[in-house]
Amino acid sequence: MSPQTAILAALVLPVAGAAGILLARRRPDLREAVTLSCAAALFVLVLQLLPRVLAGERPAVTLFQLLPGINFAFRVEPLGMLFALVASGLWMVNSLYSIGYMRANREHAQTRFYACFALALACTMGIAFSANLLTLFLFYEMLTLVTYPLVTHHQDDEARRGGRTYMVYLLGSSMALLLVAVISTWLGAGSVEFTPGGLLGNELSNGEIGLLLALFVFGIGKAAVMPFHRWLPAAMVAPTPVSALLHAVAVVKAGVFTVVKVIVYVFGVERIAGLSSVDWLPFIAGFTIIAASVVALRSDNLKRRLAYSTISQLSYVVLAAAILAPLSVIGAALHIAAHAVGKITLFFAAGAIYTAAHKTQVSELDGIGRRMPLTMTAFAIGAISMIGLPPAAGFISKWYMLQGAVSGAHWNAVAVIVLSTLLNAAYFLPIVYRAFFAGPAAGEAVHGEAPPLMVAALCITAAATVLLFFFPDVPLALARLMMAD
Amino acid sequence: MISAQLPILQVVLPLLAAPLIVLFRHPGLAWLVAAAVSWCSFAIAVALFFAVPAGGAFDYALGSWAAPWGIAYRIDSASAYVLVLVSLIASVVVTYARSSIAAEVDRDSHYLFYAMFVLCLGGLLGIAATNDAFNLFVFLEISSLSSYVLIAIGRRRRALHAAFQYLIMGTMGATFYVIGVGLLYLMTGTLNMADMAERLAGVSETRPVLSALAFITVGLSLKIALFPLHFWLPNAYAAAPSVVSAFLAGTATKVSVYVLMRFLFSVFGVRLSLDALHLFDLLVGLSIAATVAASLIALFQDDLKRMLAYSSVAQVGYITLGIALNNADGLTAAVIHLFNHGITKVALFMLVGGIVLRMGTTRFSDMAGLARRMPFTAFGFVVAGLSLIGVPASAGFVTKWYLVMAALERAHWWLAALVVATSLISALYVWRFVEMAYLREPAGDARRAEAPLALLVPAWIMVLACTYFGLETSYSLTGAQEAAAALARGFR
Repeated sequence: MSPQTAILAALVLPVAGAAGILLARRRPDLREAVTLSCAAALFVLVLQLLPRVLAGERPAVTLFQLLPGINFAFRVEPLGMLFALVASGLWMVNSLYSIGYMRANREHAQTRFYACFALALACTMGIAFSANLLTLFLFYEMLTLVTYPLVTHHQDDEARRGGRTYMVYLLGSSMALLLVAVISTWLGAGSVEFTPGGLLGNELSNGEIGLLLALFVFGIGKAAVMPFHRWLPAAMVAPTPVSALLHAVAVVKAGVFTVVKVIVYVFGVERIAGLSSVDWLPFIAGFTIIAASVVALRSDNLKRRLAYSTISQLSYVVLAAAILAPLSVIGAALHIAAHAVGKITLFFAAGAIYTAAHKTQVSELDGIGRRMPLTMTAFAIGAISMIGLPPAAGFISKWYMLQGAVSGAHWNAVAVIVLSTLLNAAYFLPIVYRAFFAGPAAGEAVHGEAPPLMVAALCITAAATVLLFFFPDVPLALARLMMAD
Repeated sequence: MISAQLPILQVVLPLLAAPLIVLFRHPGLAWLVAAAVSWCSFAIAVALFFAVPAGGAFDYALGSWAAPWGIAYRIDSASAYVLVLVSLIASVVVTYARSSIAAEVDRDSHYLFYAMFVLCLGGLLGIAATNDAFNLFVFLEISSLSSYVLIAIGRRRRALHAAFQYLIMGTMGATFYVIGVGLLYLMTGTLNMADMAERLAGVSETRPVLSALAFITVGLSLKIALFPLHFWLPNAYAAAPSVVSAFLAGTATKVSVYVLMRFLFSVFGVRLSLDALHLFDLLVGLSIAATVAASLIALFQDDLKRMLAYSSVAQVGYITLGIALNNADGLTAAVIHLFNHGITKVALFMLVGGIVLRMGTTRFSDMAGLARRMPFTAFGFVVAGLSLIGVPASAGFVTKWYLVMAALERAHWWLAALVVATSLISALYVWRFVEMAYLREPAGDARRAEAPLALLVPAWIMVLACTYFGLETSYSLTGAQEAAAALARGFR
């Protein structure tokens, strides 16, 4: 298969999958088979592109003209390859988990759920492979729209409120700031094409670059940089598989992916390194890291704690990219993958606990590790990765970030990373401790592990978290290629 | 050669069809004639659109009387663009009309409806085709008078009141226009717009000419429902039969905007109209007031049709803002928004027609659980609603892109900010519908009752057009750019 076909197929396949899911709505088993096979096929398609990208090829395809001078076009570069691999790979695992979760909890409107999920993945692939800002913006907005039915899945007052916050923050930030940023780039540089080494020449002054960066960073609300973070906790009203794949992987990573992509391929790391007008970004990111960790520390609701942990971890990526040292930018790219596998494990575990024990609060988890040993072991691995300890994937990315920060003598950033490591430990380790070492409260209902499909899914992602520590070659190679471009 | 006669056929066909329909009286036959004439007009308009030479125009002398003595028609890129828009919308709407008016108009009046419909169409097409200022007034009145009848033709008594209000306001607008034309005739001695533009150069800053500019601008502002002269529009659109709301929303105000642009840019010229009278500041102010105020009012409407009507008032603000920005991109935004907003609003009103047929109501609170009862209608409403907001991959986005770009090119950051801010308000009122239709349980009977295909198919064609013209912009955008250039160039 030619790489051009593979790119287009990766975009069309999930859409076709969604259609298939709708057609098979009367036969749940067939419908789930469609989801699974579609996810597997998508992963294979994306995998086909990997060797070419590693070999230095940049497969590209242009479809038609959106606006004069701007095409609807795709181009696979290393960072997008990495993002697509992570998203499509985890969709497979997540589909297994979804089936277990949705059936065990007897959720309504499952057809809509699976169909929207497939569409969300199509948008994610579009974001990963976009060749220019407008194509990316298009898929970015689509992703917000197709995930809205997933966030409001329960259709009650809480879901409506959550959905409102979700739309106001995401659509509001992107239409008010990101769109203006894209148009300003077009007017300033005469192009919106992602260009290795940066798109901006010397058209813009120092101050204008700072302003443009602010429009981008805050306009990309999906990166959840404070104060545009409130949508993420609000999105937790969704069923847990949605929180796991979309609000720990696809949607939020689309945000930080776009931030990294804009810094590397629009601004150009070397072009803006040392400019006085971009100094503020590490501070905002550092503040988000610490502040979100403090909120996480104080949240008793498990999913809310995980959500704030996500906000904090996303800003690691932003911080690492904003330092503008090559090693830390590599760390930023790695963290997209590392955080994804770790955080999806944690969400899987939270959903398994909810399904098996109907518990949502951290304070209720005393002794649960004895009843759900596999789940809580996986949770512990995910937690270790979040803190950034070996042998988990989070260590590798943090290592590169620290190296970059030290080499560039960004002592503030080093301090933020160290402090937040301590905070991460402070809000994750007590959960693990409670689960395994505290005695269960008297009169607890007896339960075991969650349904096997869910347990299998979380074991796979936990294993992946460890494996990525020992074999980080592919993500690392892609991250290095990105900087070498 | 028949092709040389296309400009006159464009206008005369629908005008001749009207008495024919009245003679037939049979509803089915009347529909057939109206539909055939509308589709023919569309074919002619498309032929003209592609035949107009870039940077040139088709001239047609009525009865072979040369221009200063006879009435001249002149089709350039701008008029061809409007002709295509009007005839396209008329064709889709007339196809849809048959099932829709069956529910909303007494059977005895059906033939009258079609007669008035083609008359209105002929008037609107005539406005776009003619190059004679007084002939334009005649067509303006033909289209207006027939639209008063169309609004009042339904069963609702409220419609009579709305039509009467529109009649008063519309007549005032037309009178202002004709006073302006009279003053211009006084100063230039011609009614031919091309000659007028030429002769105005010598007498440009005299008091009668400035008064004419003021009269014509105010008169047309009444017709396009520019805030704060918009009061007639929500009442008229809400009370009229759905098919009439759809047709007028997509065509009547749009054609009047075209006339306004024609006079401001081609006849008076930018220097006089925008600079001498500070019309720029005035239009910017009114446009902002329109978009902000009308969007906010739309947000609090309790009736679906009124909400859409106020949204139209707001969207007219975008068009006039593009005019006021007065650069190539701004004018392009104004012209393309005629088209983009036209197809979007027509799609929405046509879907509402299906809702009226099945639910018998347009009250907002009755839309609870609509997605369960009418899934395709509800989803179509959302997709067209996204175009109203200006989400990427929708027609509305293209407008927004050019409007923001035009504002930034003029270094009006605050205007760009206002454009995106008001589009967020439209997101709020569209989302109010989404929550109501999808996230609320239907009250009482929740059985599925989708609109009949005869309504759904034409409506969905327009819905898909909203998406299509957001992705593939070569015709709509290139046409708009050429039209904008033609307006700015004038009659040279």
